[in-house]
Amino acid sequence: MRFRFARLPMAFALFALVALAALPWLATPYMVDLTTKIMIMAIFALSLELLVGGTGLVSFGHAAYFGVAAYAAALLAPKYDAASLPLLFAIAVLAAGAYALVVGALVLRTRGIYFIMVTLAFAQMAYYIFHDTKVGGGSDGVYLNIKPELTILGWKPFNLDNGLHFYFFTLVLLAAVFVFLTLLLRSRFGCALAGIRVNETRMRAAGFPTYSYKLAAFVLAGMLAGVAGFLFAAKDGFVNPELLSWHQSGAVLLMVILGGAGRLHGAVVGAFALTLLQEAFASEAIFGSFAKHWQLLLGATIILAVALLPEGLTGVADEIRAWRLRRRDAGQSAGATDA
Amino acid sequence: MDLATFLIQCLNAIQYGLLLFLVASGLTLIFGIMGVINLAHGSFYMMGAYFAYGLAPFVAAWFGESFVLTLVLGLALAVLIGYALEWAFFSFLYRREHLQQVLMTYGLILVFEELRSILAGNDVHGVNAPAWLAGSIPLSDLMTYPVYRLFISAVCVATGLVLYVVIRQTRLGMMIRAGASNREMVQSLGINIRLLYRIVFAAGVGLAALAGMIAAPVSTVYPNMGSQVLIICFVVVVIGGIGSIRGALVASLLVGIVDTFGKVLFPEGAGVVVYLLMAVILLWRPEGLFRSG
Repeated sequence: MRFRFARLPMAFALFALVALAALPWLATPYMVDLTTKIMIMAIFALSLELLVGGTGLVSFGHAAYFGVAAYAAALLAPKYDAASLPLLFAIAVLAAGAYALVVGALVLRTRGIYFIMVTLAFAQMAYYIFHDTKVGGGSDGVYLNIKPELTILGWKPFNLDNGLHFYFFTLVLLAAVFVFLTLLLRSRFGCALAGIRVNETRMRAAGFPTYSYKLAAFVLAGMLAGVAGFLFAAKDGFVNPELLSWHQSGAVLLMVILGGAGRLHGAVVGAFALTLLQEAFASEAIFGSFAKHWQLLLGATIILAVALLPEGLTGVADEIRAWRLRRRDAGQSAGATDA
Repeated sequence: MDLATFLIQCLNAIQYGLLLFLVASGLTLIFGIMGVINLAHGSFYMMGAYFAYGLAPFVAAWFGESFVLTLVLGLALAVLIGYALEWAFFSFLYRREHLQQVLMTYGLILVFEELRSILAGNDVHGVNAPAWLAGSIPLSDLMTYPVYRLFISAVCVATGLVLYVVIRQTRLGMMIRAGASNREMVQSLGINIRLLYRIVFAAGVGLAALAGMIAAPVSTVYPNMGSQVLIICFVVVVIGGIGSIRGALVASLLVGIVDTFGKVLFPEGAGVVVYLLMAVILLWRPEGLFRSG
């Protein structure tokens, strides 16, 4: 049987799931902790991919929903008691969704470059609210001292204080978000979003209320970013305004583009690639004293990636296929002139 | 607020707004004419400020201390760098999607910040205003206003006028305006659009660097100074309407006034006010105050 590139994403997803599930038995605790962090960012990147790749909306302020959920979890958890995990989770995700609903209703009136800038502006607004006022402890941030717990009739299936339990909790959520988005993008709703990405006017002419569809996607993406934000707050137990800063929005957008927008697994690949590159460039073991200038190497790598891989890392397979098709066509037309 | 304080705040607001205009006018031209989102524009502002800091000792050693000569040298250097950057990095971005432009210019920011850290370190540096501008003007018994801030405003106004004359009255300006409204048509008329782009980009870099240089004595020179200016300039460009110099002028003055008085009247919510202004204006006019023209 010939090797089929089209089957790659499915095979990739299964392989990645097995590899991630096996990782804690193969790697150091530091690696497990780092991977947990990367998987949280992967959920965050997946949520943005729903907007960028799924709907064609480039949001440059996605960190706001991540940060709002993290703040909601940290501020609303009881101070001296473990919060109920499902309750706190729901509150955080709904808070992010509510903020996305308000912002989305306004920003979806604009398009193109304006949309990019306006989403950025609303995220900056949220950043300054947490940074300058006393709601969230100002620039010092707030702590979530006790990890939330899940208790079913007095039984505790797992304990998030345990790094390994937290790792698998995150992995399960990542897999769930991935499967959910895969199914969503294949559904009627997902197809309508793809239609809006390609030609919004035509979709409106076909009778789709495109504004409502876009708003639904925007709120959903905000809520999924909230899932990542909740995990982040629960993991480190510390939340500060930098979570909402434009650097964070830029980083998650980078993950989506670097991995390859338009492919769900691209967001996951991008999250791993960007974080691991950062770790590698900043590691003194590999780059010695130059490691403190890791930003230079990361910046140069990003520039090279744009120049050489316009479709992102996961687009390489597609580009090879297109190249092979071109070569075959060229071969055929050459053969035709011979005859 | 008494009259003298009010006057001082007004002057500060105008000076801040005019400085934003220098940076934003280059940004709006690059947006409007080339359709490129340039996140690295703030880095050019930072570059200018570090030129003012770094070139001054050289100028002093070779020609004797001269602030104006430092400005001229820095400006020339910035324009050259802009020209080279357009050739090396930006010329192939025009046909790419916005996403890739965002990604690549973000990479450039990282490179510029790190180069700055390698060449000039991570400390905050002060830059001295020239002696002939160091005085201040008394406004009341207690309040004075520094002459140097008036000088900043004057330089900005002069640069704005030059920009206006070039764009409205010269052949180059005509080509720039035409390029903004219809790229293919300009090309088919035999105008070298690549050269035009390169000139506009270099000019944009020069404007941002000039703003950084003249602001250095007031703001000091510090790491990451570019990104703050960048975000505010995005707000200015979006409020004014992408590609519109006139819009950039009105919007930057508006932002200058709102930001300065926001800080005085509601110190707690100062950061939010400017973004609130942008949100309100975009709800009223989703394309900004002035569409390109």
